[in-house]
Amino acid sequence: MGKTDNNKSPIVLKSRENETGAAWRIWKKYNDIFGKNITMFCALVVIFITVSIVIFISAKGLSTFVKDGISPLHFLFSTQWWPDRPLEEGGPLVGSFAFIVGSLIISLLAVLVSAPLSIIVAVFMVEIAENWAYKVLQPAIEILAGIPSVVYGYVGLSLLVPFIRESMGGSGFSILAGFLVLSVMILPTVISVSADALRSLPGEWKEAALALGSTRWQTIRLVLVPAARSGLITGVILGLSRAFGEALAVQMVIGNTRKLPTSILDPIITLTSAITMDMGYTVTGHLWNNALWSMALLLLTMSLFFITLIRFFSRKGVVQ
Amino acid sequence: MLKKSKWIILAAAMLIMALAAAGCGGGGAQDGEAQKEEPKTEEVSGNLTSVGSTALQPLVEKAAADFMAKNPQAQIVVQGGGSGNGLTQVSQGAADIGNSDVFAEEKDGIDAAQLVDHKVCVVGMAAVVNDKVGVDNLTKQQLIDIFTGKVANWKEVGGVDQKIVLVNRPKGSGTRATFKKYAIDNAEEAQGIEEDSSGTVRKIIGETPGAIGYLALSYLDGSVKPVKIDDVEPVKESILSGQYPVWAYEHMYTKGEPDGLKKAFLDYILSEDVQKTLIPELGYIPVTEMKVSRDAQGNITQQ
Repeated sequence: MGKTDNNKSPIVLKSRENETGAAWRIWKKYNDIFGKNITMFCALVVIFITVSIVIFISAKGLSTFVKDGISPLHFLFSTQWWPDRPLEEGGPLVGSFAFIVGSLIISLLAVLVSAPLSIIVAVFMVEIAENWAYKVLQPAIEILAGIPSVVYGYVGLSLLVPFIRESMGGSGFSILAGFLVLSVMILPTVISVSADALRSLPGEWKEAALALGSTRWQTIRLVLVPAARSGLITGVILGLSRAFGEALAVQMVIGNTRKLPTSILDPIITLTSAITMDMGYTVTGHLWNNALWSMALLLLTMSLFFITLIRFFSRKGVVQ
Repeated sequence: MLKKSKWIILAAAMLIMALAAAGCGGGGAQDGEAQKEEPKTEEVSGNLTSVGSTALQPLVEKAAADFMAKNPQAQIVVQGGGSGNGLTQVSQGAADIGNSDVFAEEKDGIDAAQLVDHKVCVVGMAAVVNDKVGVDNLTKQQLIDIFTGKVANWKEVGGVDQKIVLVNRPKGSGTRATFKKYAIDNAEEAQGIEEDSSGTVRKIIGETPGAIGYLALSYLDGSVKPVKIDDVEPVKESILSGQYPVWAYEHMYTKGEPDGLKKAFLDYILSEDVQKTLIPELGYIPVTEMKVSRDAQGNITQQ
């Protein structure tokens, strides 16, 4: 308050007081507090939403273990998914191992394809591209990012699945189709984060490397990419996290078979698609429904894990 | 700069107040209107939500649209979400009507005693195959062998030499429950491709060589081939007479006896208008024409 007043010339202050009178003086006195409170309120709303979602999912997800007495080990490591089997035939079983494995396989393979490609594209964009190439590449990536996931899924279902069926056999609904679709979907995320990381490097480093006689390739390989390492890893983890959480596009092309795959052409199911497939048919508060919430909790935990990883790398990544 | 930001805040505050005032005003006006017109007319009015079965959804949506056209004061919202969702919401009082493909008694965790069942129509389900498998009739035993994975090639049941690809709906789907209960005698299905919607199932079976699955008759459009079970064709006539066993009631549940708009809407769906024209048009079978009836335990009685 005091600081602002000091910056004003007394004449302006006086004339304004004359113009608007008491209301203006009160407003002027309290607007700082008002502004502070409004920003704080908005921040609290965001925190409140996050915390309540976490609490809600945890409460729902943990009731599988607390209320229904399912052992967490069974949930995580059993492939026996019979949530509708009556008690007398061995009880409802909610082993989700096949879903967890499915999610891991699909997203890791997608990142394996997408990460090298994205980092190379990012290097090209930042260090190599002529102006016109950059002008084409940038919007191309933005368009990729803007395509809704249902469209990716639909294209995969209509083009990729028949193609795999005809050229490689099987039903076409497969791990292969799933991770190919996903790898395209996460490209823009990984590219833009990687490009930002490369762009934020001090220009002197590049100049120094060149001045020491490095070729352009040596500069990129030995100086720029290693220096941007933490940013690149962050991009890859963000991509992995997006791949892990994607539901719709994947569900459309993987066939959703609830067992462990034996080949890359086998259909598979992920945590996300297991949730979307079943949620409409279950009764709230019942074991089957709770098991779906436990899967949601697992997804949330994974995403927290990814965020922690990113934090770890970005803190560590300040280049010495 | 500072001055500008102050004005922006002021303007924003005023905008919010204005919007809030407008919102309140609008609401008030609407309430006033409703109160004004209620005593004048005999028309039903109010709000109603109908939630649940996606198999029944097209019919309820169409019927609701026609009903609202006749009763402009009534507002009916129709949502999908699945049979389980419909039953949960209606028993919790979150929805006025819960649509379901299965009897409430068949669903675990639902207190069926407090729900009132309104059977609005019947839907038949057929085993459907890709039209290149070379089979148009299966015995019940063959069907069971196929769905439990005992038979893995179409040539074992008289078709071409082609691997069988199973296409299931999720466990808990009303179509799957009905098919499992009445077509394959509750045998445990082998794992296969699983798809959330009947439309996707139809697309996959139409495109994938050797595929077999099941669909409600309202989804048959010529792209897939329905097969006869024990020489009985899955058509309306054989369902009406009780010869073809794979069919289910479409239920609209209310919590307690329906009144007001709920009753008016359910009466409308059971009226001649809807039963004689809309229901056959959308591929369902009017419940009034059935010559047999079935209870929650699956017992059939002749009417």
